[in-house]
Amino acid sequence: MVGVKSVPSPAISADERSHEVDHPSSLVAHFGADEPLPLDCGIDLSPFQIAYQTYGELNADRSNAILICHALTGDQHVFNVHPVTGKSGWWDTLVGPGRPLDPQRYFIICANVIGGCMGSTGPASINPATGKVWGLDFPVITIPDMVRAQAMLIDRLGIDTLFAVVGGSMGGMQVLQWTAAYPGRVFSALAIACSTRHSAQNIAFHELGRQAVMADPDWHNGGYADQGIHPHRGLAVARMAAHITYLSDAALHRKFGRRMQDRELPTFSFDADFQVESYLRYQGSSFVERFDANSYLYLTRAMDYFDIAADHGGVLAKAFAGIQTRFCVVSFTSDWLFPTSESRALVHALNASSARVSFAEIETDRGHDAFLLDVPEFFDISRAFLQSAGKARGLTSKDG
Amino acid sequence: MSVQEVLPLNGLASEQSGQFRADHLLVAEMVKPGSKVLDVGCGEGDLLQLLETRGIDGRGIELSREGVNRCVAKGLAVVQGDADTDLVNYPDDAFDYVILSQTLQATRQPKVVLENLLRIGRRAIVSFPNFGFWKMRLQLLIGGHMPRTENLPAAWYDTANIHFCTIKDFVELCDAIGVKMERAEALDLYGRPLRLRLPWWVWNLFGEQGVFLLTRGLGK
Repeated sequence: MVGVKSVPSPAISADERSHEVDHPSSLVAHFGADEPLPLDCGIDLSPFQIAYQTYGELNADRSNAILICHALTGDQHVFNVHPVTGKSGWWDTLVGPGRPLDPQRYFIICANVIGGCMGSTGPASINPATGKVWGLDFPVITIPDMVRAQAMLIDRLGIDTLFAVVGGSMGGMQVLQWTAAYPGRVFSALAIACSTRHSAQNIAFHELGRQAVMADPDWHNGGYADQGIHPHRGLAVARMAAHITYLSDAALHRKFGRRMQDRELPTFSFDADFQVESYLRYQGSSFVERFDANSYLYLTRAMDYFDIAADHGGVLAKAFAGIQTRFCVVSFTSDWLFPTSESRALVHALNASSARVSFAEIETDRGHDAFLLDVPEFFDISRAFLQSAGKARGLTSKDG
Repeated sequence: MSVQEVLPLNGLASEQSGQFRADHLLVAEMVKPGSKVLDVGCGEGDLLQLLETRGIDGRGIELSREGVNRCVAKGLAVVQGDADTDLVNYPDDAFDYVILSQTLQATRQPKVVLENLLRIGRRAIVSFPNFGFWKMRLQLLIGGHMPRTENLPAAWYDTANIHFCTIKDFVELCDAIGVKMERAEALDLYGRPLRLRLPWWVWNLFGEQGVFLLTRGLGK
């Protein structure tokens, strides 16, 4: 008989996770009936809340604020211990004292996106109209919706112009949307491993993930919360597939090769014989502990819909016409999810718009994930870009 | 062809001459302060840095990844790109000056590149090694082999430089595509400008490199 070990069920209970959904341990901005969020789908979301974290202090003239936009499955916990996983912040390679995004010098803000599940209103939140979890009744959201909500938070914090908006992947899409929607409010923009539109291949991968979630019998047409369960198997498969796209063949080979896991001979079963298999299973199961399945559907959909040029008559350069923001675009050689060619198209459009843009492709075999990893060349460029922008902005500091 | 009076290198050049290349100092001197400049093939950004000290808004294109990364690390606005293929993406009149410093000989289509320079910029500044330089001629004439110099050290089979020309050739190209020369300079082996009143054949023989400030002519 062929033995198959099932993916372990999540260690955190649905109750614990739902507590972070509506009552996050981070800061929360509440927006009442008088401040609705107009969504692209035509619905006004109200009331709603945004969970966020800040690091460092806002200076007297409010000119040192940096907004970090997180990627698909990230959240506001950039530089602190995560309340659910207990792990350190997701970008503590880039953010921290002495690092390119230094809280001793900048006021750093990171908010959980609308549609997320770590304290900002999303499909896992309680719908105040029914007292039940939103589920699929939650309206479909877009990247511009996320950015519109962030702008309301930035208003609430009393900040007119952000010194920088920084993000990778889906976060990079938000960076670009910020500059297109609020050009006067963004002094500099660091867009990493992203694109102005989601490619057909990427939409295809997202569809695969969503179908995995929806094929899970525990999904219950999105109504699993009412049953007190979570479609963790489908979500884990979605995460496994996505995770492969974040890496590169070279990186997988370097890390695992064809090595076996805790054995020398194959078991002639569908157990995780190979290290790469058990690694993926681990990635899948640890992900479901902290993430909501419906939220995954909504956020992948938001990325799929993203196309800045489409909102400007199909001409990308028009999105950035006359823009004063200083741009730095970074791509990675082995990133096949957001390849360099897409960054280059963005750079051409920015050049055509006469924007001040830098563009660097970083040589690495670590794939799309490189933006989250310790890649010194990437840090050097980020630091140099922010420092020169800081000089232009008149930010003074001890180390110039 | 009209060639302007040669202006003496200004104070900036003498103060910083140790720090910057002679042809860069000459180029920087040709650019009006406060203008917007695109440096095509900007290398590690030395010229852009020099221009920034003069309050010039500089951008760069550089083919090599290492070059780009060093530029960005210096805080310069530089993108990775290829002069032969990427200039078409730049709109007309996007810059006051477009500079092609010691890069013309490495382009696949020098004529097309030159035309693009003067479409994107109202003015272009082009500098290139002069293959009519006496040392080059001697190497071919006496040595019987393709010339190699300090600035162009690679052998013929592994050089990125594929389209060499002489000052005379370049002047003829400018005439052919109706480009006006606002200013022309030839620098000797030590980076010193040759005297203006000398006849063209002297420049072509004794200029180690040519530096030209071009504007759009009536076209042909």
